[in-house]
Amino acid sequence: MASDTSRLGFYLLLAPILLWLVVLIILPHIGLFVVSISEKIGPREYETGFGNYATFFGEPLYWRTFARTAIMSIAATALTLILGFPIAYYIAKLTRGRTKTTLFLMCMIPFWVSELVRTFGWMILLRETGVLSNFLQYLGLVNGPVEMLYNDAAIMVGLVYTSILFMVVPLVTTLDSLDDSLIEAGYDLGGSSAAVMREIVIPHAMPGIVSGCIVVFMLSLGNYLTPILLGGKDSLWFTGMIYTQFITRFNWELGSAFGFLLLALSSLVVFLGLKLSGRSLSETMGRS
Amino acid sequence: MIPTVPQPAFAKWCYRAYVVMFFIFLALPLTVVCVFAFNNSVFPALPWKGFTLAWFFGTEAPFIGVFNERAILRSIGTSAFVALWVSGLAVIVGTCNAFLFVRHDFRGKALLYMLMLLPLIIPGVILGISILVFFSSVANALEDTTGLWFDGLRPGLILVILGQFSFITTFATLVISARLQKFDPSLEEAALNLGASKWGAIWQITLPFLLPAIVASAVVSLLMSFENFNTTLMLVGSDAPLTITMFDKLKQGSTPVLNAVSVLLIMISAALGFFSLLFQKMKR
Repeated sequence: MASDTSRLGFYLLLAPILLWLVVLIILPHIGLFVVSISEKIGPREYETGFGNYATFFGEPLYWRTFARTAIMSIAATALTLILGFPIAYYIAKLTRGRTKTTLFLMCMIPFWVSELVRTFGWMILLRETGVLSNFLQYLGLVNGPVEMLYNDAAIMVGLVYTSILFMVVPLVTTLDSLDDSLIEAGYDLGGSSAAVMREIVIPHAMPGIVSGCIVVFMLSLGNYLTPILLGGKDSLWFTGMIYTQFITRFNWELGSAFGFLLLALSSLVVFLGLKLSGRSLSETMGRS
Repeated sequence: MIPTVPQPAFAKWCYRAYVVMFFIFLALPLTVVCVFAFNNSVFPALPWKGFTLAWFFGTEAPFIGVFNERAILRSIGTSAFVALWVSGLAVIVGTCNAFLFVRHDFRGKALLYMLMLLPLIIPGVILGISILVFFSSVANALEDTTGLWFDGLRPGLILVILGQFSFITTFATLVISARLQKFDPSLEEAALNLGASKWGAIWQITLPFLLPAIVASAVVSLLMSFENFNTTLMLVGSDAPLTITMFDKLKQGSTPVLNAVSVLLIMISAALGFFSLLFQKMKR
């Protein structure tokens, strides 16, 4: 179908995507980098240098928050995988037909609802006057109200809750494609449940595990609502610092440097995940 | 552990109990949000003081319901405005992209496809600040050279729409491409043989085939836009969409009005979800 009209059609189709990617993705990120390497020396006067990055590494509060955000995101990812895998396995392998569709849809329902609403729900549950605190008192397990909000555990619960769908869906998809007879063969050959899991199921599910982990890690790292609302004032989440630099302090240069560091970490993890699984970005992300 | 391989009953029951607990864990926050919207108390917390609809329809302080709370109503309007724009733009560009990637082969296609996926792996906050920084510097440069004002490039609804559009388009592209790949080109060729013009064939044959995917991606885009927080937070001006307004109120201390708004949001999401499911069933 190669003709002049098709050539014209091709350029007409190329225009919107180029406009979108260049104006809204590529140029802004170049701009962000340029601002991050400019230092303010006077009103509307700048010079180029890595001073903002030096500030980041020189101030323990900044890089410790960065490290803390990264470590907690890794922990949240691991926890999500551990909690989500049995569910995905149950849906993919132990249910059939209607039940399977229903359970799968039930997994999705909470995520049709705004993250703000979900986080608000956790606040009502975990608060000092909240539902869980009252429930524990009713059971007689504690005397007096307990505050379960505003600590790292609350942030963790929120992060896992927010991102578990993105772990379960790719896992169900990959586990679905595993033929039951392979598992049967594993048992027939004398494998224990643990051995079958280790040798057959997990290797087969690896693509799903990797893409799930990448997405969950990114979502946790870039999350703002959950850490701020569930962690309170001392949540020390890196996106919160970026927000402070941009909106409260109006120090865009430092904020841009922070943003770039976060982007670098997130890209590095995606890159490592893809290397680890030996798959391309298109294969991993394009399917979801 | 599959049905055909026998397992001890105890292990089976433990597994089932875990699955049940998991679904309780999923449902719990949403349930309490909904339940406390009807509590006759000024705090969304226990004790239960009786059923009321005051948080929806109330007119007297402190029981001012959602439908009488100006700030919330206005921000729902703002969110709807933004969502319609984002969804419309994302679907149009997404459809173009689908045709580009499925129907054309060109140099740099793989690179362009990878670039198209990039917004998925950029954290929303970064997307927001990069657009903020870039458009502000463009606005500064333009204002310095022309002496005019370029408020559209400053934080505000236009930037919010562009910011959300910048990553939602990727989802639209993926959904519509997947459907276009299943299209049998011989149908279009048949239309051409029967005398249809190229555009006529696309308009009457291909686009109707794509309609379920177009509707699905429009619904998903609407929802994603309505719910977006991270990108919006960085780009918002004086007109705040609903999520931003709710966040501000939540930080000040929550009242059951927020529960009532949440109930409305859940109902809207559910309605849109059902609509898209029904539509897909009908088309099949």
